[in-house]
Amino acid sequence: MNRLLLIAFDESDLNSCGGFAAALGLPYDALLLSGSSAVGGEKIFQVGLAEIPTADTIAGLLAVFVHTYSHVAFVSSMRSKDLAARIAGILDAAMITDAIGIESPTTFLRPMVAGAVIATVDAEPPVFITFRPSNFAAAELTAGTVVPMGMELAPCSKIVKASAKTAGRPDLSQAKIIVSGGKPLKDAATFESVLGGLADALGGAVGATRAAVDTGIAPNELQVGQTGKIVAPNLYIAAGISGSTQHMAGIKDSKVIVAINKDGDAPIFEVADIGIVADLFDVLPQLQAKLPGARS
Amino acid sequence: MRILIPIKRVVDPYAKVRALPSGEGLDTAGLKFEINPFDEIALEEAVRMKERGEATELLVITIGGSECEEQLRKALAIGADKAILVETSAPLDPSAVSTELAAWAKELQPDLILMGKQGTENDENQTGQRLAAKLDWPQATFASKIEKQSSGFQVTRETDLGEEVVEVAQPAVITVDLRLNEPRYIALPGIIKARSKPLERATPKTALTVKVKTRSYANPPARGAGIRVNSVDELVAAIAAKGVL
Repeated sequence: MNRLLLIAFDESDLNSCGGFAAALGLPYDALLLSGSSAVGGEKIFQVGLAEIPTADTIAGLLAVFVHTYSHVAFVSSMRSKDLAARIAGILDAAMITDAIGIESPTTFLRPMVAGAVIATVDAEPPVFITFRPSNFAAAELTAGTVVPMGMELAPCSKIVKASAKTAGRPDLSQAKIIVSGGKPLKDAATFESVLGGLADALGGAVGATRAAVDTGIAPNELQVGQTGKIVAPNLYIAAGISGSTQHMAGIKDSKVIVAINKDGDAPIFEVADIGIVADLFDVLPQLQAKLPGARS
Repeated sequence: MRILIPIKRVVDPYAKVRALPSGEGLDTAGLKFEINPFDEIALEEAVRMKERGEATELLVITIGGSECEEQLRKALAIGADKAILVETSAPLDPSAVSTELAAWAKELQPDLILMGKQGTENDENQTGQRLAAKLDWPQATFASKIEKQSSGFQVTRETDLGEEVVEVAQPAVITVDLRLNEPRYIALPGIIKARSKPLERATPKTALTVKVKTRSYANPPARGAGIRVNSVDELVAAIAAKGVL
């Protein structure tokens, strides 16, 4: 049977699925692990977990549940790759990581070598897919019947402690505006006040390079790039970022890239739509004061 | 404790790689090949565990052509005790590789499989989880810190929200992220010693059936050249003109 199941960790995850579901064009249902939603397909299976357990704890049960679907899709994220590949392994099914395009229900486009090459891949159902929502034209999910679903967990590895979701700034992978910085931000306090100040004034999110994270200037969940978050905002302001291939892999789908760097030869200027060779410490506070719509 | 470290030969992760004009593959002419950098971090961690007395035997394994010997020799020089080359010229995918590795794990019976979270060529991030599923072992992906406990491991994982600490029982599959450690430079004595360490050539134990076939490779469209501005006022005007605020 050709039918898609969307698996989402929470409502915001589910809300990013509309474009992919419309592009695939198959009838679909959704399985929502936590939270609730009235949209998500013909049937919306709500598990209502208070917190998301480890992948090895829930993969076995999900494998039993999903076996009637030809396509099982997740929004690309660290947690979805952790879980989807485990279920695909149990079922010995095909899996496409980071789909960015659909040619047919058995043919997909995906980036490789840090986005330097786009591969066209074929896979016969059942196929598991993680997809990047920003590569699909936004579409509403259809409303459906909510079906509460119990899930008896089979405890495996155990979470001892975890970072909590921080309220405030928008999520990087969904932000419309991102102000991002590298090592020249010096220390955590400067990073937060200079980048965070502009981001808050614009209602945007804050991002960082691997170097900034490695030197402790920024927390690791802010890392943008091949091994961090893949972002696609309308506006990406890169301050003091030289533009390594790995960082570029995470930002190339941004609509407008602005580069602010003291080094006029930095590779970031090759991809930037607007560039200025200047000290970020001069430019960012002025942007905060002068950009239309920026709250002071 | 015996650790199995699957490694992958990949094109130089710092080189600019393009698709062949024919679309039939990657243009790797003139490029170096390396151990997948995430796998090298996994190997480094295993060597440190052995140096601390937590591990006794480190086995590296790879699946591929005879050219992979270069990476296995390097792994031996870094500190692995034995290398296995499962020779094949067949196209591979995470399904085929994890199935083959599971067959080897059943024979070799490691207490831990340590490997990179993804290969830098295909960026798929599947093989570790698939392998754990096939063996029905616990998994901890994206590890940034690993501590040996009496009958398992405490692993700090990088997550979308920051960090998470999990406890996994042994045997387990742990896939590693960049911040776990900084791999060492290979010292000359290691290179000399590696020449006398065992490197076994073997035939595949499974059919190596792929589930995903790559039809073609293409270069994405380049971003158009942008403009340079000379003052903050010009910058403000240019951003405002894009209509993205």
